[in-house]
Amino acid sequence: MIEIKNLSKIYNTNYGEFKALEDINITINDGDIFGIIGMSGAGKSTLLRCINLLEKPSSGHVVIDGQDITGFAGSQLLQLRRNIGMVFQRFNLLMQRTVKDNVAFPLEICGVPKADRDKRVAELLELVGLADKANNYPVQLSGGQQQRVAIARALANNPGIILCDEPTSALDSLTTSSLLQLLKEINEKLGVTIVIITHEMSVVNKICNRVAVINDARIIEQGVTKEVFSNPQHEMTKLLLSDLIVVKGGEN
Amino acid sequence: MAEFIAEYGSLLLQGTIDSIVMTALATLFAYVFGLPLGILVTITQEHSILPCKPVNVVLGWIVNIGRSIPFIILLVFLMPFTRALVGTATGVRGAIVPLVIAATPFVARIVETSLLEVEAGLIEVAHAVGATVKQIVFKVMLPEAKPSILVGVPLTFITLLGYSAMAGAVGAGGLGDIAIRYGYYRYQDIVMFATIVLIVIIVQIIQSGGMWFAKKNDKRIRK
Repeated sequence: MIEIKNLSKIYNTNYGEFKALEDINITINDGDIFGIIGMSGAGKSTLLRCINLLEKPSSGHVVIDGQDITGFAGSQLLQLRRNIGMVFQRFNLLMQRTVKDNVAFPLEICGVPKADRDKRVAELLELVGLADKANNYPVQLSGGQQQRVAIARALANNPGIILCDEPTSALDSLTTSSLLQLLKEINEKLGVTIVIITHEMSVVNKICNRVAVINDARIIEQGVTKEVFSNPQHEMTKLLLSDLIVVKGGEN
Repeated sequence: MAEFIAEYGSLLLQGTIDSIVMTALATLFAYVFGLPLGILVTITQEHSILPCKPVNVVLGWIVNIGRSIPFIILLVFLMPFTRALVGTATGVRGAIVPLVIAATPFVARIVETSLLEVEAGLIEVAHAVGATVKQIVFKVMLPEAKPSILVGVPLTFITLLGYSAMAGAVGAGGLGDIAIRYGYYRYQDIVMFATIVLIVIIVQIIQSGGMWFAKKNDKRIRK
């Protein structure tokens, strides 16, 4: 379980204080696919990075499985991060490494012996459907395939949590669907908690059981996806939803 | 032509070998010192993986001072030091010391430029999987910057080849030495012309060979 309590993040810029996050309270249960949705610049990326402390919260707490991790530093912090997978919008694969070496990267970092690494990498590539690309380089893959490699990499250490930063924003709609399907399968098969930030309502609609809407550094609405979507309270939620409704209207 | 080769062939061959050996050794040592220096200058920067302003500022000064002294002055200035270190301030051996000292800050800067090209997203990945500073340097920054760093090697070599010709002015040996002794002092233009041709050929080979090797090692290029 991930509990985010009264979390704020303030940047000191040349133009004065900038509040990226204000008084955020969210609880993410084990096994959730939790969506955080908002417009660009709403603060969702910062919020996601507070969970593995890539961003240090200015105040408030992040509690994972009952343990307050906000003050973690040094080896404790490295250990924490090794147990949280992360997937990025731009895939962020190491371009000079083969597919299998990319997936092996987190295992190398943890000092897993080569034989065990090879075995684990083979399993993971099988899982994401890219066993035949093991020896290819990222440049030889499509965007969707690269993101699958990134997902395999995020799963390498058997993490309990995967953080996804706009994982489908660089992909076309068809590839998006199959990738979301993969995330859902992983969630169901392995019981991994997935936190996904996006600006696309359709992503939340397809796979998230729960959702939080962030606007202007604050959470304006959260709950079970179906309920939030069927009865949006806030103007911004309605605005974001209008996107989805137009698409649905087209289908009828 | 045959006459020219008979008279100057062995001289020019020895000069070519001296120039290449001197420059290659200087390049090698310049990387031995310049690569770690370049890494330190990069990672101690603000927002990098081991921010440390005092270290960064001091290293930055050292690099800048090293780069701002014209080579011919550095060469003369370093003579006592060179003599103390390798026993002589002339010949190939004597030239290598100032060449290495001149090239180390140069190498540090081009290594820095290469390392800064590594996408921030990749460093973030490394942080996200809990990599240590050492792991980020050796498993992410250096391997990802490798093709770019390799491009810097012929650049350094060619710059040093030019410097080594200057060192010829103080009797360092090599093609520059021959050009000055025969071409300048004895008005034998043909010898000077030959040295220029040889230097151009060396530069061409090193440049295209180096670029070929760097490209061959870049996995971002589809093959």
